[in-house]
Amino acid sequence: MRFLRREYLPHIWCVGCGHGIVLGAVTRAMERAGVDQDRTVVVSGIGCSSRAVGYMNMDALHTTHGRALAFATGVKLARPDLRVVVLAGDGDLAAIGGNHLIHAARRNIGITTVCFNNGIYGMTSGQYSPLTPAGYRTTTSPFGHLERDFDLCRLVQAAGATYVARSTAYHVHQTITYVTRALSHDGFSFVEVFSPCPTYFGRNNRMGEPVKMMQWLHDGTVQAGQAARMTPEELRGRVVIGEFHRTQEVPEYARSYRDMIARLAEGGDQRAQ
Amino acid sequence: MSQPRLMQGNEACVEGALEAGLQFFAGYPITPSTEIAEMLADRLPRSGGFFIQMEDEIASMAAVIGASLAGMRAMTATSGPGFSLKQENLGYAAITETPCVVVNVQRVGPSTGMPTSPAQGDVMQSRWGTHGDHPVVVLSPSSVLETYMLTVKAFAIADELRVPVILLTDEITGHMRERVVLPDPGTLPRAQRPRAGQAPPDIPPMEHFGEGRRVMVTGLYRDSTGFWTESPEEADRLVRRLAGKVESRAEQLTMVERWHLDDAQVVVVAYGCVARSAQRAVHLARERGRRVGMLRLSCLWPFPGHEIEAVAKRADCILVPEMNLGQIVGEVERAACGRCRVIGYHRVDSELIRPEELLPVLEGV
Repeated sequence: MRFLRREYLPHIWCVGCGHGIVLGAVTRAMERAGVDQDRTVVVSGIGCSSRAVGYMNMDALHTTHGRALAFATGVKLARPDLRVVVLAGDGDLAAIGGNHLIHAARRNIGITTVCFNNGIYGMTSGQYSPLTPAGYRTTTSPFGHLERDFDLCRLVQAAGATYVARSTAYHVHQTITYVTRALSHDGFSFVEVFSPCPTYFGRNNRMGEPVKMMQWLHDGTVQAGQAARMTPEELRGRVVIGEFHRTQEVPEYARSYRDMIARLAEGGDQRAQ
Repeated sequence: MSQPRLMQGNEACVEGALEAGLQFFAGYPITPSTEIAEMLADRLPRSGGFFIQMEDEIASMAAVIGASLAGMRAMTATSGPGFSLKQENLGYAAITETPCVVVNVQRVGPSTGMPTSPAQGDVMQSRWGTHGDHPVVVLSPSSVLETYMLTVKAFAIADELRVPVILLTDEITGHMRERVVLPDPGTLPRAQRPRAGQAPPDIPPMEHFGEGRRVMVTGLYRDSTGFWTESPEEADRLVRRLAGKVESRAEQLTMVERWHLDDAQVVVVAYGCVARSAQRAVHLARERGRRVGMLRLSCLWPFPGHEIEAVAKRADCILVPEMNLGQIVGEVERAACGRCRVIGYHRVDSELIRPEELLPVLEGV
């Protein structure tokens, strides 16, 4: 609990929302990773999940919609000694902030990003997001969503992220493990966590009580190892969770920049002619 | 003593920023501002600072704010369309009281307009571009040397008042080369960010990330603890304080150059590149025995209404030449308040208003 500002609880999230579980997993991962709360900045954009940073007992930066990673890039470059963690929603990260996401991944800047993916815009009351699966109903796809959803993990991996994993609010221990590894990773690390939104996603799709949505997270997911042995037909409609990518072979951006400054200070590196 | 140098306006901006202690620059390429980014990409890492070319203008503004909150003096530079993109995060800097400098080398608009041609179309955008009520400080240089001076000044104001400061220059001032003798390093006044125990009553002390203070920074309305609030009283107090901290210092922020005002019947009010032509036109008219004068504005916002008022009390007419369809002329009319005639002269064809075309206007009124 030392990572939470208890005086500001209870939180604003709806009954049955998975965000509290994800935030709990993040704080437990911080405990496990030995995070120094005086040397950590949590950054978010706008949306339900982005309110998480307000409850965290450390430097917190609650920014404009979609821009958390761009703000975080400035913080990380200015203070590479600080741990920078972005907590953001799927609409925030993948729609308005999609460009910042791929470029932060491409730079491999040392920011840990946790995507609270509830597949919907909750704060604006239930419109479809880039992670709303095809066929589902939302207030802006009342006849069933026609667009396909992003596979955000594959997207950031292709863009250059060096730690990529996916879990759910149901698989709490797995989430804690992945976020712990992401926090200990040197480079751009990304963990997508499915989080149920009974109020908008669940109600629009007649999915029942919050517990039933938890059951849906359990039934609709398959572990990566198991998925490797399954046929495409068997995998259809199910989401693969697991650790997808982990490499330390790519240099972290802020440190590369500091190295360049050091080289220039020694006078050893002149501008390319 | 510094040696005379042939220098471009954008280059002077870079020199001024470095003199002011710039440590962080984030930008996105757009003419006619690109020289600023290019020079800083070379200079900043050599002096231990950071340059980053972000994926867009929005991200650049965001990164600048992030770096400033982490304790660095930070700046971005852009032009017309890029300035429009920065507006949302400019509002964020205003409400969070994050010191930073935004250079806008104005070009013709709206939209893509005529790239790399001069204009003065962003005067009102710089005042009201971001949504809501917010403080704003906008400086507008007319020469290469003044670009240097005002860049240094912009950082001092940003730090002292905890506000984003806009350096509103233009393609002509930015690309023009002039002989300049810069002041010796360290001789221009600089300011520190208000810290605990030293902050004036209307500006909260600046706490940076990583200092162990566990600060909460948010674009939401906040109470005195920094945590979000929906209290109407707190909201009112916050917005009025933000606007008031600049408005109450309007007189000390005012920067004008007065020329032949004592006996002037006609006074030209001008700023930016046009002020150079206007000054020449006033000189030519004076040679012909006309009683004309000039008031040059270096700080557009807060608007120096009292200076205009003083001029309007004595002159018969004020002429406001601008490379837009009338932005500052409206403010001049408001300040003159019917005390004298106010006439605008406007060009929006990308051509600089020249002394020889201004002279007959000046003599005709």
